[in-house]
Amino acid sequence: MDAAPPRDPDAALLVQLRAGDRTAFTALLRRHRGAVRRVIRAFVRRDAIAEELAQETWLAVARGLPGFEGRGTLRGWILRIAVNTARARNPREVRELPASALGDAGDATPTVDPARFHEDGRWVGHWSAPPTPWPDARLHTAALRALLEQAIDALPPLQRQVFVLRDGQDLDAGETCALLELSPVHQRVLLHRARASVRAAIERHLGDAP
Amino acid sequence: MTLALPPELTCRDVVELVTRYDEDALAPADRAVFEAHLAACDACVLYYQQLRQTRTLARALDDARAPDDAPLDPAIERALLDAFPPRS
Repeated sequence: MDAAPPRDPDAALLVQLRAGDRTAFTALLRRHRGAVRRVIRAFVRRDAIAEELAQETWLAVARGLPGFEGRGTLRGWILRIAVNTARARNPREVRELPASALGDAGDATPTVDPARFHEDGRWVGHWSAPPTPWPDARLHTAALRALLEQAIDALPPLQRQVFVLRDGQDLDAGETCALLELSPVHQRVLLHRARASVRAAIERHLGDAP
Repeated sequence: MTLALPPELTCRDVVELVTRYDEDALAPADRAVFEAHLAACDACVLYYQQLRQTRTLARALDDARAPDDAPLDPAIERALLDAFPPRS
């Protein structure tokens, strides 16, 4: 017997939407416009274009709702439309990343500064400058959020797109690979690099004077 | 496919394997070697936790904004509502 699919948090809203309830559409807009904006900004740098693409996305949502079959979540469906809208406007350069930046585990550039590990001696390869715990109080500040946005913005495009979809929006690996047309290995390498970069940015920020 | 990792990993190895581990992309033997390192290395455990924290913080960026953040541009809202519900 199959387990019941997880309930869509927007299930109640969907019922109203199918009934053509306009206040429900406004509610949907308010609930997910932030996520749509973030996803589009992962692809598009200029605010004016991003805003245009967001509107295009919502128009497609409005028109496409009757065709939504409810197999996944409404949010997932909306974000898929956002990604496809942004990608249609911004086709990816085929050779966006130098081959050396990809690599398998063996030939990729280290994601942690090699100077933080012992070069020789008994503890060769182990941390010489290990990470230190992050004080919880400093993690929930406006300054940290601003730093995080900046760090994400500074990522190379594909890394940013993977990070925003996977870690920013909780899409799964399969969905992200399909949306971005990436192989699972490539997606994982991009996520690995992006996460390490963003973590390092947080670490630097917390290491600066409070 | 197994990476056939050596029986003892260095921290430098671990920080490059951490995403494979998190994505459940390590073969059982490799995962065992990875976990054996974590069991003996607080620094690598902390590094791994901080990567997970990074994800949690990124996810929370959305939640930090109030749902009714900036007001919707009335013209835009009108245009969208005109498109909904779609005429059948």
